[in-house]
Amino acid sequence: MKDNPFSLWVYLSQSPLLWLTVTLLVYAIADAVSLALRRHALANPVLHAVWIIGAFLFATGTPYAIYFGGAQFVHFLLGPATVALAVPLYENRKIVLASIVPMLAALVAGSVTAVFSIVLLAEAAGLPREVILSLAPKSVTAAVAMGISETLQADPSLTAVAVILTGIMGATVVTRLMNRTGITDFRARGFAAGIAAHGIGTARAFQVDEVAGVFSGIAMSLNALITSFLVPLALTVLMR
Amino acid sequence: MLASLSLILLCQLAGEVITRGLGLPLPGPVLGLLLLLILLLARDRFSSIARGPLRNSGVETASKGLLKHLSLLFVPAGIGVVEKLDLLATHGLAIILILAVSVMVTLLATVLTFRLISRLFSEAP
Repeated sequence: MKDNPFSLWVYLSQSPLLWLTVTLLVYAIADAVSLALRRHALANPVLHAVWIIGAFLFATGTPYAIYFGGAQFVHFLLGPATVALAVPLYENRKIVLASIVPMLAALVAGSVTAVFSIVLLAEAAGLPREVILSLAPKSVTAAVAMGISETLQADPSLTAVAVILTGIMGATVVTRLMNRTGITDFRARGFAAGIAAHGIGTARAFQVDEVAGVFSGIAMSLNALITSFLVPLALTVLMR
Repeated sequence: MLASLSLILLCQLAGEVITRGLGLPLPGPVLGLLLLLILLLARDRFSSIARGPLRNSGVETASKGLLKHLSLLFVPAGIGVVEKLDLLATHGLAIILILAVSVMVTLLATVLTFRLISRLFSEAP
C-alpha cells in the first residue's frame, strides 16, 4: 500500500463495502439533521442524501454502476418493504374497511389526475416523446414505476429520477398544502400523500400521524395496481 | 427475526412467481403484500397456523422495522440522477416545473374527492 497511496482507494471504490457504508452513513446523518430540525419539510433526508452522495460520486469520478454495486443491497429492500405494508394495513383493517367508499373514489380520481396531468403538461411543454413516456408513471413507487417504464420501452432510469423528484416534492409540500385547504382528516391527507408521492410521501405521512401513514401506505399499494393499467390507456388516448 | 424476514421474502417470491407465470400486469411485491395480508387474517381465524413468524407478532415487528426506514430505500435509485445530468441540463427546468404542478393537482384532487365522498356518505339518511 505504501508504494501507491491510490491502490487502497482503487480497491475500496470497487468494493460494495465502501458505497453501502456511504449510503447508510450519509442517510443516517441527513436523517439525524431532519430530526433535529423537527422534521421540517425542507430537511427531507432523501433529498439531502441524494445530492450529497451524487456530488461525492461526481467529485471522485465514480460511475453510477460502480456505486450501485454497493447500494443495490439497500435498493433490493424496496420489494420486501412493499410486502411489509401488509402489516399496518392488517392492524388498521377496521378503520380501513369503514372508509372503503371514499378511498376507492379518491383512488380513481387521484391516479387518473396523476397520469393525465403529467402527460398533458409534458406535451404542452413540448418534451420529446421518450421523456413523456418515462415521466408518465412518476407517482408510483420506484420498483413498480421502473417496470411500467420498461414495458413502454421508455427510459427506466429517467423514470426512477422522476419518481424520486415527485416523492420529494410531494413530501415537501403536502403538510403545508393540506393545512392551507383546512382539511384535518388524516385519513384523507395520508391517502393523498400516498397517491401523489408514493413511498417518500408515506414516510413523511408516518412522521406526521400514524393514521395518515397507514392510509398513505394503502394508497401507494392501490395506486401501484391501478397505474399499471392506466398508463398504457392514458398514453393511447393522449398521444398520437 | 430470521423466520419473519424469510416469510416476507417468501411472500414476495410467491408474488413474483405468480405474476410472471400468469403474465399479470402487476408487480410481484404488490401481490406479495396481498398474500401476507391473507396469511395474517387467516391466522386469526385458524389458530393452527399461528406458529413461527406468525406467532407473538414476529412478522409484525420485522415489517415495522423495515418500514421505519422506508425513505432510505429510495436513495440508491435517486442517485441515478447523476446519469441524467445532460438530459436535465436541456429539459430539467420544464421537467421539474411540470412534476411540481402535477404533484399539487394530484394531492388536491385526491384529498378533495376523499372528503366529498366521505361527507356524502356519512350525511346520508
